Amino acid sequence: MRKQRLRSHTAHPIGRGAAAAWPICLGYIPIGLAFGVLAQKSGLSLFQIGSMSLLVFAGSAQFIAVSMIDAGASAAAIVATTFMVNLRHLLMSSSLAVYLMGKHRALLSVFAYGITDESYAVNLARFRAGSWTLGPALALNHTANAAWLLSTVAGGFGGRFIPAGAFGIDFALTAMFICLLVFQLRDLRSVVTAAVAGSAAVVLSILIPGNLYIVLAAVVAATAGVAVGRPAGRRKDDAR
Amino acid sequence: MPDSHYLLIIAGMGLVTYIPRWAPVFFLTRKPMPDWLVRWLALIPAAILSALLAPALVVTDEPRTLDLTRPELLVAVPTFLFALKTRSLGGTVCVGMALFWLAGKML
Repeated sequence: MRKQRLRSHTAHPIGRGAAAAWPICLGYIPIGLAFGVLAQKSGLSLFQIGSMSLLVFAGSAQFIAVSMIDAGASAAAIVATTFMVNLRHLLMSSSLAVYLMGKHRALLSVFAYGITDESYAVNLARFRAGSWTLGPALALNHTANAAWLLSTVAGGFGGRFIPAGAFGIDFALTAMFICLLVFQLRDLRSVVTAAVAGSAAVVLSILIPGNLYIVLAAVVAATAGVAVGRPAGRRKDDAR
Repeated sequence: MPDSHYLLIIAGMGLVTYIPRWAPVFFLTRKPMPDWLVRWLALIPAAILSALLAPALVVTDEPRTLDLTRPELLVAVPTFLFALKTRSLGGTVCVGMALFWLAGKML
């Protein structure tokens, strides 16, 4: 694997984790502010906004929940929708498990709470590069969580006064995903997998409502990637 | 809305969000996974990232339709090349934001 620039090997694990969270925090701020504004307009108090961000900690599901609350949907419908929207974390958690063998279960349970699309992508790149452990990964998750909580509450408080689209910040998470995807493209198999996943996701996202397309496209693509055939004599190259 | 009803909603949401995040790292970290599963899971990051990213670049929001002229796609190309060349996460985020900001000014 080519050398990746994922620096700061010497600092304290918590500091390293928190420092690695910065692109995530940067991306969460505009989304969190927007969520806060929307939630506040739907009649939620700052306390209600904060407690949702704390208990749920899932961007798109929170947006959907607020719009459903606004539309007077039942609690059961909101919870069921949230479940579907967040099912993709099952795949992410499974692929992180490979790097967390035998770790303390209480710590793993705290870590699991902070698995989001963004923290998953950053943690996984670091685990892969071999410079990462549960300690900094935990710190990264909870730094991102704090940024999310604070920005959603701040949005409910005064997000209306911040101009939309300032400094291209809306592109922060997309740019982060682009780079993290580049880190994952190591061989023909991963390139094929990414190409299949991207095409399938585009088609499925247009055909079916909701975001089940993420899980479907990822499962189909990873299966296709495995089927592309493994290079002889290079077993377990990706594992651990 | 009454607070108790709201609490019920977010507690339910929290629970159904937490379980899929928690069950795999809790249960799959005890004994080695079968080889085929490890190989399959090793491809999940590339698959998930691409599945999250591609629609954000070429599909419009509500109603969802294919649109290859979005500024997101236009900016993603040089951002991707920058990431490929430098392999720097921080640099890519900054360059992507700057280009997107410029695109917003010019388009």
